[in-house]
Amino acid sequence: MNYQYVLQRLLSAIVVVLGVTIVVFIIVQIVPGDPARVMLGPYASDEAVLGLRERLGLDRPILEQYILWLGRAAQGDLGQSLINGQEVAEQLWGRIGPSFELAMVSLAIGLAIAFPIGMISALKPGSAIDVVATLFSQIGVSVPTFWMGILLVIVVSLNLGLLPPSGYTPIAEDPGDWLAHIILPAFTAGFVSASIQTRFIRSAMLDVLNANYVQTARAKGLAERAVVVNHALRNALINIVTIIGLQITALFSGIVIVEVVFSWPGLGRLALNAVEERDYPLLQGAVLVVAVMVTMVNLFVDLLYFLLDPRIEYV
Amino acid sequence: MTGLPAKVDQRKSKTDEALGPANTLWRDAFRRLLRHHLAMFGAFVLLIVVVMGIFGPAITPYDPNGMDFSNRFGNPSVEHWMGTDDFGRDIFSRIIIGARVSLQVGFVAVSVATIIGASLGLIAGYSTRLTDEVIMRAMDVLYAIPAILLAIAIVAVLGKGIGNTMIAIGIVYIPIFARIARAAVLGIRNEEFIIAAQAMGAGDIRILLTHVLPNVLSPIIVEITLSLAFAILAEAALSFFGLGTQPPDPSWGRMLSEGRDFFRQSGWMGVFPGLAIFFTVMGFNFLGDGLRDALDPKLRR
Repeated sequence: MNYQYVLQRLLSAIVVVLGVTIVVFIIVQIVPGDPARVMLGPYASDEAVLGLRERLGLDRPILEQYILWLGRAAQGDLGQSLINGQEVAEQLWGRIGPSFELAMVSLAIGLAIAFPIGMISALKPGSAIDVVATLFSQIGVSVPTFWMGILLVIVVSLNLGLLPPSGYTPIAEDPGDWLAHIILPAFTAGFVSASIQTRFIRSAMLDVLNANYVQTARAKGLAERAVVVNHALRNALINIVTIIGLQITALFSGIVIVEVVFSWPGLGRLALNAVEERDYPLLQGAVLVVAVMVTMVNLFVDLLYFLLDPRIEYV
Repeated sequence: MTGLPAKVDQRKSKTDEALGPANTLWRDAFRRLLRHHLAMFGAFVLLIVVVMGIFGPAITPYDPNGMDFSNRFGNPSVEHWMGTDDFGRDIFSRIIIGARVSLQVGFVAVSVATIIGASLGLIAGYSTRLTDEVIMRAMDVLYAIPAILLAIAIVAVLGKGIGNTMIAIGIVYIPIFARIARAAVLGIRNEEFIIAAQAMGAGDIRILLTHVLPNVLSPIIVEITLSLAFAILAEAALSFFGLGTQPPDPSWGRMLSEGRDFFRQSGWMGVFPGLAIFFTVMGFNFLGDGLRDALDPKLRR
């Protein structure tokens, strides 16, 4: 087996993460004002501020600061919150689970909507179903995520009283309650990504259905079902998986918005709170962790691709 | 019988195309666009939004910031088409005024993204391997951070407000334009007309501007239209978070966030601003798709 492909993907993931650390580090450098001053408050003496600057290494050259910061970050030390002095890493740790759960359930809901619709409209191009499906996907991408969340809360929670409007229960505590809380936010984020995916699944499937080997399979008299499932779908899956990978970053963008609308205790809401409280180390940490998560999921999808398509070994 | 004259006509127009002015391609594309129903619907919706944006203050039926506490949470009526909000302000007037903000942010942000992104993409696609690698890896990094989160972080650094929101959204979409421009350049950089220009001693910048740019323009135009849709969505989201437009200026996103506490009293406050965002974004999406079909009939499906 040739693992060059895997190694290459791994390497580029590392490069991206390193790049993200630079961006995240720069964020705090550009902030107007002195972090030490912000930490100690407006009434601190100049000596105290100077002392803290020295302790934090803020008086050193910027490259040295970055390397020191990176070294600490690699060991899981992302500094302390400017607001409550808590360890940033600790605060982030509790938020990863809820964000990840929401992302995965959203992805599942999105695919559950997009897959059948995309398949049917590819199998019957130009039909009424196809026209409706295409229109659905074009309209779906135009719906603002937060507005859809708001409307669902108004209708489903406030008017019908069916599901809780916000909040979170850990799955280990009460799976039923967890499910009740995750449905609306996951559906909101999933719906928007479904409308994009429907389109891609349709065109990936259409490409394959027009390929020569599918014509051959038909010509030798295979049942349409066998042609679609064994010949077409299998090959279309490769492209579909790639597209899902490309959608991951966009999905997380939606998750950030949904977390705020539904008061979901994830990284996105934490980041927004950090912005409101000018808690820059916390913001830094949240952006870094989300970017690492996105990169890891992308890497995982790439490797999945490698498993699905044996030809890639020889590239 | 009827087939023959048509054929002749077709041949004649083809000759015209070969000999005619250089913009025939664009004229053809424009004709195809006019026949594209969804694109025309999108353009019509956008026309309304643009009129609202340009003539805003002159056409509002009420003062958008004028309060009337005797008429709070009014349902849609003959006097107030979209009802009134928690201060008794006319929602329809506020939506008209909000159009200008959305369009401004959209155009400035997308201009920033297009100019910087397309330049980087052109350079990356046309220059040495090393420059290409450096630029595109930097784009990968920006792309790895979810768009809204990156925009939030940039606004956090630059400070809240409408101007910084435009810059933030612009920066977020730089990688998309860089990728599209680069891909388009790679597609043509070894074409004969480029090699010929090089052989005649044209400089890199001259080749990029006079030979490469016109040939990569159509994917960029399509992306500009689609990005306007995204930019308006992003502005609405940031204003919804309280980072974009600041009070008392109405913006669609902020109207939704301000109304949040009152949806129990009046659900309408949550409906109309959202519809305004939705239709504007849909207009750009439809027009963008239509442009893609019109400019590149080969891709049509």
